Amino acid sequence: MFDYESLRLIWWVLVAVLLIGYAVMDGYDLGVGIQLPFVAKSDDERRVLINSIGPFWDGNQVWLILGAGAVFAAWPMIYATAFSGMYAALLLVLFALFLRPVGFDYRSKLESPAWRSFWDYALFIGGLVPALVIGVAFGNFLLGVPFHFDETMRSFYTGSLWQLLNPFALLTGLVSVAMLTMHGASFLLIKTEGGIQQRALRTSRWSAMATIILFAIAGYFMMHGVEGFRVVSTIDPSAPSNPLTKEVIHEAGAWMARYEQYPLLWLAPMLGFAAAALVLMLGDKKPGLSFIASGTSVAGIAATAGLTLFPFIMPSSTHPSQSLLMWDATSSEHTLGLMLVAAAIFMPLILMYTSWVFRVMRGKVTLQHIADNDHSSY
Amino acid sequence: MISEALVDISRLQFAMTAITHFLFVPLTLGMSLMLVIMESLYVTTGKEIYKDMTRFWGKLFAINFAMGVVTGLTMEFQFGTNWAYYSHYVGDIFGVPLAIEGLMAFFLESTMIGLFFFGWDRLSKRKHLMVTLLVAFGSNLSALWILIANGWMQYPIGTVFNPETMRMELENFTQLLFNPVAQVKFLHTLSAGYLTGAIFVLGISAFYLLKKRDSEFARRSFAVAAGFGTVVSVSAIMLGDESGYHVAEVQPEKMAAIEAIWETEPAPAPFLIAANIDEENHDNSFTLEIPYALGLIATRSLDKEVPGIHELVALNEEKIRSGLMSYALLNQVRDKTATIAELAIFNEHIHNIGYALLLKKYVENPVDATDAQIAKAAASTIPKVTPMFWTFRIMVAIGFFLFLLSAYGLYSVKKGSAWNNKWLLRAALYSIPLPFIAAELGWFVAEFGRQPWTVYGILPTHLSVSSLNVSDVNGSLIAFALMYSSLFAVELFLMFKYARLGPSALHTGRYHFEGGKHV
Repeated sequence: MFDYESLRLIWWVLVAVLLIGYAVMDGYDLGVGIQLPFVAKSDDERRVLINSIGPFWDGNQVWLILGAGAVFAAWPMIYATAFSGMYAALLLVLFALFLRPVGFDYRSKLESPAWRSFWDYALFIGGLVPALVIGVAFGNFLLGVPFHFDETMRSFYTGSLWQLLNPFALLTGLVSVAMLTMHGASFLLIKTEGGIQQRALRTSRWSAMATIILFAIAGYFMMHGVEGFRVVSTIDPSAPSNPLTKEVIHEAGAWMARYEQYPLLWLAPMLGFAAAALVLMLGDKKPGLSFIASGTSVAGIAATAGLTLFPFIMPSSTHPSQSLLMWDATSSEHTLGLMLVAAAIFMPLILMYTSWVFRVMRGKVTLQHIADNDHSSY
Repeated sequence: MISEALVDISRLQFAMTAITHFLFVPLTLGMSLMLVIMESLYVTTGKEIYKDMTRFWGKLFAINFAMGVVTGLTMEFQFGTNWAYYSHYVGDIFGVPLAIEGLMAFFLESTMIGLFFFGWDRLSKRKHLMVTLLVAFGSNLSALWILIANGWMQYPIGTVFNPETMRMELENFTQLLFNPVAQVKFLHTLSAGYLTGAIFVLGISAFYLLKKRDSEFARRSFAVAAGFGTVVSVSAIMLGDESGYHVAEVQPEKMAAIEAIWETEPAPAPFLIAANIDEENHDNSFTLEIPYALGLIATRSLDKEVPGIHELVALNEEKIRSGLMSYALLNQVRDKTATIAELAIFNEHIHNIGYALLLKKYVENPVDATDAQIAKAAASTIPKVTPMFWTFRIMVAIGFFLFLLSAYGLYSVKKGSAWNNKWLLRAALYSIPLPFIAAELGWFVAEFGRQPWTVYGILPTHLSVSSLNVSDVNGSLIAFALMYSSLFAVELFLMFKYARLGPSALHTGRYHFEGGKHV
């Protein structure tokens, strides 16, 4: 049906769609978690926030699980190298994510204020840490990560957790936190009313502002300072996956050169900026539109990272020629083809039933609703 | 060379996290289906009590489900974090069922579970039942794909080694999908999960009956659980037997260890009920046996032999030597400098190359291995006998006991004597941990019995680990242990609290602690 080259390109797009899907879909859950301590003022208000995402967070989180599964199936070398290399960072995300399923379900099962306040902080951490660390990881991908392979394709990572926490990566981490907070706030504009909604509006304003400013600063560093990577040998996009057969150089301006060559790429960051600005302008006048705008901004910013790296997925800072590309770190042609069929059948189904659930559970979550459903709500 | 300490600690972490995950999975599988049964009764009879049953048992289901999600996250990430070489070497195959599981099953289950809890007032009766059904369908389907992945690790068919990419690649998806080992494993695991759900509901209902409260609620729950439990325990036992037949066929080493057969015995082999195993001298000093039984279980015949450990070790030594023929030519083949004759030898022995990789535990380059090292590697292909022998027997004993318990429970319900039979009720209550124990032992038999391989005959466990520092994994193991035990303690606390509270937790005003009339 498709040749190997097209399959590899399609899978790059598909993985991007899944990871952006995670940022857009679960992103607002994480964002609501981040706002828990300051948008809600009382136990009942915090329950409003938690129940606004209550019916959705579990399904949304599967975008991450599926994203990881798709990376495993389509890019096994990336899955192996990135997850084992960034071991401590990955576990940090994992442990923070642990707090969410239990936090949501267990928090309101006891009356004790100390118990509830503990889980409120747990949910805050469960929102903040993944948002931050995933952003930091992408910052490091742009900088290059210290890894190499031996002749049996065993990967070795030679950096440390502290090396991942460099200023540029922390900046991209903050971009991620700001944009997901903005996205979460827009969601709350739809789902809440009264005082909570007013406070969410304030969060939405400052986080949209912060998103624009931080994304601009990150862009400035991309243009001045961050060195890029460039493939200098010819690549056979249909060759068996082997990342050890090409030549890559690490040079200043390599990332930005791509934008000169293909000016259309500017669309992604522009979308990131423009949609965040739209969130600022819309405020609570059109919450639905504001939510679409914040989602678009999140997608634009995430797509910027992916497009800037293309065709790299994970460049190596110590052995640039062993960088992993979307051409030479994929599964076999057979597997990519098969997985494409599976994705083509099930992705539309997923979108269908997810939107059905959203439709059934539409409407605002109010304090009255929490009072009426004291024992069946989160 | 890869440090032994790293391999051991990585295995320990995997075992700990997998065992913890598998505490919650069987109950999710079983309860999701029980919820479907209860809610179907509600929709067909219109009796409110069945709705209360669905909602109350659904609450306990939720407490368990949350921990299943938490510990399941680890499983999705851990292949990459701790088993990076495994992920590279077999990701082309193993990643496929995992990704399809996400696409087809886990997404459905997780999306619908929100509606199950929050959709009671927003959906018609039938639509809500459909949602519950989809939750159960999703979790069952999830188990199918996970066991297809696991089945391939036990019996790797449909795949081929590619020297250019230095990994195994998928050749035939249909074989992967219809792997007989995976199919039987799926049904056996599913039945065990259903049984776990049944005994859980049976035991907690028995508790209410013993306390003489909410008896109408408890009786109906007990009856549903006893009926369901009887059916699924029969299926768990029958499919366990079928599973044994497949193990004998495709993993004779595992079978020999389970049965402590040191020397190949003349057919038909007896089944040992108990034995005093002398692991060092390869002998059983005392045995209690049923004649012919193993021959029937393992070969479905009276004239086929069940091969013993010594014979299998000798056979595997040959496979190692055969694999070495291929391994020695690997570099030439990868550089494309191999002659046609060399290529022919390489291809002739390639299916045994995994056996040559076993030597990497003992020597840097397998080609340099001494005869003693080859013998050592061959001996390592048999999992440790004593733990295999006993865990298997305890699992089987629990299976039979739970069949008797459910069947007797069902019989007593029919006769109407169950409600006052204190011994039956107590037995049901104290049996709650048993199916969990049996499930974990089953996991142990399957996975410990697969050692020294991660993928049987293809990739040794030793080579599968990530290139991490022992101290990193030590740290993460401690963190997992602390986090998991704290969360598990919280889970148990809530589970006990809500199980004790019973249907009063629904606040319908109809149950014991609400001063309602005792229905």
